[in-house]
Amino acid sequence: MKGLLAVGLLIAGVVLTLLLGVRTVTPADVWHAFTAPDPQNPAHVTILWIRLPRLGAGLVAGAALGLAGTVMQTLTRNPLADPGILGVNAGASFAIVLGALLLGQADYGLMTALAFPGAALASAAVFLLGGGLSGDAGPIRLTLAGAALNALLLSLISAMVLMRAETLEVLRFWVAGSLSSAIERPVGAMSLIVLAGATLALILAPRLEALSLGAALARGLGTRPGLIQAQALLAVTALTGAAVSVAGPIAFLGLMVPPLARHVAGHDLRRELVASAILGAGVLLVADTAGRLIFPPAEVRAGIMTALIGGPVFIWIARRLKPGAQT
Amino acid sequence: MTDDSLRAEALTLGYGERAVIDDLSLTLSPGRVYAILGPNGCGKSTLLRAFARLIRPKAGKITLGGEDLHRQDTRALARRIAILPQAPLAPSGIRVSDLVKRGRTPWRGLLAPWSRQDHEACEDALRAVAMTELQERPLAELSGGQRQRAWIALVLAQQTPFLLLDEPTTWLDLPHQIEVLSLLRQRNREAGTTVVSVLHDLNLAARYCDHLILFGPRGLVAQGAPDDVLTEANVDLAFGLASRIIPDPSAGTPMVVPR
Repeated sequence: MKGLLAVGLLIAGVVLTLLLGVRTVTPADVWHAFTAPDPQNPAHVTILWIRLPRLGAGLVAGAALGLAGTVMQTLTRNPLADPGILGVNAGASFAIVLGALLLGQADYGLMTALAFPGAALASAAVFLLGGGLSGDAGPIRLTLAGAALNALLLSLISAMVLMRAETLEVLRFWVAGSLSSAIERPVGAMSLIVLAGATLALILAPRLEALSLGAALARGLGTRPGLIQAQALLAVTALTGAAVSVAGPIAFLGLMVPPLARHVAGHDLRRELVASAILGAGVLLVADTAGRLIFPPAEVRAGIMTALIGGPVFIWIARRLKPGAQT
Repeated sequence: MTDDSLRAEALTLGYGERAVIDDLSLTLSPGRVYAILGPNGCGKSTLLRAFARLIRPKAGKITLGGEDLHRQDTRALARRIAILPQAPLAPSGIRVSDLVKRGRTPWRGLLAPWSRQDHEACEDALRAVAMTELQERPLAELSGGQRQRAWIALVLAQQTPFLLLDEPTTWLDLPHQIEVLSLLRQRNREAGTTVVSVLHDLNLAARYCDHLILFGPRGLVAQGAPDDVLTEANVDLAFGLASRIIPDPSAGTPMVVPR
């Protein structure tokens, strides 16, 4: 039943993304755009060249952030852990602003080229600064290292923005994620990375479940905690890095989807992962569509909409946490 | 005949410079119930953790079936030795049945679905700890004794010939301590599982275990049948405690009464 609701949300997100927006199209238009595309028909052009890439970006980024959030929260045993802890968003922003500063240009091609490497480098740095991941304290050290690197990168970004005003323009476009420029983003390539990250997460799931019982018991169960943690972080980095290069930083999605997924799927990590991919994509598409409808013809960016929705959800999660519920 | 014993050979364990266990040789034979006893800080838990390969020896080795533990495949070893550490972590909101399922980790392939065998092992483990009725309940809602039984069900579902438990009765009240120890002994008698527990209560250990291993501040004091190990001299050596040993009026096993 709850599973059907999640799938229903995703279907609603897909349908609304295709139908609604500045130009409202009919279901018949959508059908004809796919079966008999007419390049002269503005509705068909809208559907095939604007809405469809947008849908693809939403599916890829939403599913990736949902999956990454669930892996991250299982790994750290912290319901308030966000994949952003690994510095992925800050790393991508830093690389883009630095690129704009050094190369003196600001276009989507640059953002696209720099986002993923920046994200990957930042998460590798957090991993090294955190001293790897040995023992039960590993996730806590990692969180601290991530917080430190995030703060450092954000202050460096501010410094660069103050030095050169043009970079502010770049940051302004980048800082709240959006699906609107999907056509210029590497959605195809990133969907492959997301697929790889998702596969790795699904394969790791039973061992991650063992690890969540503590390192000693996990080793007794025949798993190797250090290896699992490293592989899980690799999956999180691939997933969030891909999401950030497709859609920019999307706030709160990786934080709010995992508890919802657990609510839907129960304590079975493989099912939770599937549910979080479905819910992540569904929530992002609905948020994006809502953002296009509130103040037409202006658009509220998806990254802002998810924060608006995520804030209350986050408070709900925090209030549900019971002291001692961990024992 | 293959030798299925778990054996410490000239084993030295410790953290940093300090050796907690020094040059110890000890054999744990299949099919028996062992208790490791001694004062706090004597290295009981360290030894147990070494038997489960959670600690690498500073010197000497531990062998299972004659082969060095540290040369064996991790997953294969987890099908032969299970350990329940002190204070394992429970994911918040987890139900008993989901917890017990995780005991099947070493038996599951990378992508293999949940098998009939997995299901039966979990059912059997829940039955052994009398938790079948409670399996749908969240762990956090159970009493301390029930929670401990759920954790024991997890390691029973692992279906290993050796079961190691680090202080399985600490924090439990007396009826629950007896419940845990008697279910462990029952598992031993029915499935032939070798049970090795770190315990604090000497009298209960004498009652429920076949073989006691008693440590003092300076290493192994005595090991063997409860009658041979629990003597006034040994208790004094291990704990620095003057005592009298009398037969337990109920079970006939030795009982330590402090003077």
